[in-house]
Amino acid sequence: MVELTAEEKAAITATWTKVKAEELGVESLERILTVYPHTKRYFDHFGDFSFCAATEDNHKLKALGKKMIESFSEDLQSLDNLHYTFASLSELHHDKLHMDPENFKLLGSMIVIVMSPHFGNSFTSALQAAFEKVVAAVADAMAYKYY
Amino acid sequence: MVHFTAEEKAAITSIWDKVDLEKVGGETLGRLLIVYPWTQRFFDKFGNLSSALAIMGNPRIRAHGKKVLTSLGLGVKNMDNLKETFAHLSELHCDKLHVDPENFKLLGNMLVIVLSTHFAKEFTPEVQAAWQKLVIGVANALSHKYH
Repeated sequence: MVELTAEEKAAITATWTKVKAEELGVESLERILTVYPHTKRYFDHFGDFSFCAATEDNHKLKALGKKMIESFSEDLQSLDNLHYTFASLSELHHDKLHMDPENFKLLGSMIVIVMSPHFGNSFTSALQAAFEKVVAAVADAMAYKYY
Repeated sequence: MVHFTAEEKAAITSIWDKVDLEKVGGETLGRLLIVYPWTQRFFDKFGNLSSALAIMGNPRIRAHGKKVLTSLGLGVKNMDNLKETFAHLSELHCDKLHVDPENFKLLGNMLVIVLSTHFAKEFTPEVQAAWQKLVIGVANALSHKYH
């Protein structure tokens, strides 16, 4: 259960409205696949990951990245009810995709890393703290159906 | 035993040569204390930590951040021998300072975020992967005397 102040919610929303979903999504996925190569096994059917150039052109990766960030946007509308919001996604990733829930945390940290240079000085430590809370809460909600 | 390829070493060194130790070190440590407030307990003698602004402006935090990165510089020069390089620091943090070794991971991840902000496009996924490997290796080396 994440506790965000009104200021934190406002800061997150203001920043989030400037985010380009496809761009943020594909870059986050690209980084997780490169930094943690073991995550590639979940994307066997997405084509060649040997070169980043190929990754850049991979339409399936772009589509998934966009979908992922749009789910995240939904989450930002219902910060007080994350378990409910992510219940079906949690079930999907557990029952059908069999994804290790630790990857939700890795992906959350990747989103923070991608956002940071885009916003530069505007990505203050207080704003980062708020986003870290959100990505940790989302990872927790995504893992909810696992236990 | 972590092993770095020649490419990984080159990627790490090319960024490291441009790092301003005080600026990046101070920001990394400052962000750690703000984003993970429980880490402030190790710095209760460092003066004013009452707000994000106070922490970021605190000269003792900046000085300590610089010291931390200076130590990391030893790791950059000795990537094939991290455990021996950090044996003394590991002993110090375990026996005298009693720092939970999980904090070494948090600090390492924070450094990756700060480097991402400062270097932006230059901090490619491959460069990030190399740096992530380094900070994990250093965190493991610092934890070595704990077990």
